[in-house]
Amino acid sequence: MNSVTQNREIKLALGRRYRFAASHRLHNPRLGEEENLRLYGKCNNPYGHGHNYVLEVLVSGSVDPATGMIANLCDLDAFVGREVLDPFDHKSLNEDVPEFRDTVPTTENLCIEIFRRLKQFPQAKLDLVRIQETSNNSFEYAGGNEEGFER
Amino acid sequence: MERSGSPGIAPRGAQIIAAISDTLSMVLLTRRIEFAASHFYNNPNFSPEENRRIFGKCNNPHGHGHNYTLEVTVAGEPDPSTGMVLDLKDLKDILDREVMQRMDHRHLNYEVPELAGQIPTCENIARVIWKLLDPEIKQGKLHRVRLYETPDLFADCYRNGLGGQAT
Repeated sequence: MNSVTQNREIKLALGRRYRFAASHRLHNPRLGEEENLRLYGKCNNPYGHGHNYVLEVLVSGSVDPATGMIANLCDLDAFVGREVLDPFDHKSLNEDVPEFRDTVPTTENLCIEIFRRLKQFPQAKLDLVRIQETSNNSFEYAGGNEEGFER
Repeated sequence: MERSGSPGIAPRGAQIIAAISDTLSMVLLTRRIEFAASHFYNNPNFSPEENRRIFGKCNNPHGHGHNYTLEVTVAGEPDPSTGMVLDLKDLKDILDREVMQRMDHRHLNYEVPELAGQIPTCENIARVIWKLLDPEIKQGKLHRVRLYETPDLFADCYRNGLGGQAT
């Protein structure tokens, strides 16, 4: 293949969308029952409820002239599958994901936890994690403080 | 961005306020188009086994196709006299000339000279589209090219140093 000059003036990112279904309950044990109910409303229901989450992952890097790719999609899919989809899909975030034993699994916190897991992806730099909790809510995290994420 | 009117001899404080409001009035305009094209991935420097291993189903030499969705975002300040960052009709004409006529209902491996010698991945197509559009957009500035190959896979191209991640 001809070698393609990498243009330093432009940056390329690859975006991939994944889906998982999970249940959660928003409840902070440090607050009283009434305060939890006031704060989280229906989301405080002790039996939990679920969502079809849509996860969008953006990675950036140089495009390998031999493959035309920032990262091999099969490798990205396998990595996201192992780190996020397998442990989260059809699970209770509160019960099945150890990081949420003591952290309220809001979608903000979910973004941070997923960013922390995916930033280890070896082939490209993780730029952004965006999670759509419902078609009307979405959250984005571009990194910065995921190691200080309080558990 | 060219501004109508001259700053004149406003007092120093007023000039600073004008500069702040210039920054705040930046608007992003996005237009979406769709085109259908075929492609396959093959690097002649790789063995057939390597090509199959790296590119998987995309290596089928008979090709396959996608309905691509292209989102083009232009940043600029609305012209006070028209209220527009740029005339959408002009953008439509540019997209039609530079993208639709080159790529719609084409085989990207054989019929698009700008992609010659490159694997027609989403990343490379987005970069080619950026290079085609950037010099053509003279009102406002090209901010982002987002190319969806499927609803679950896209590539973004933007100017280095700008965040560009906001969706």
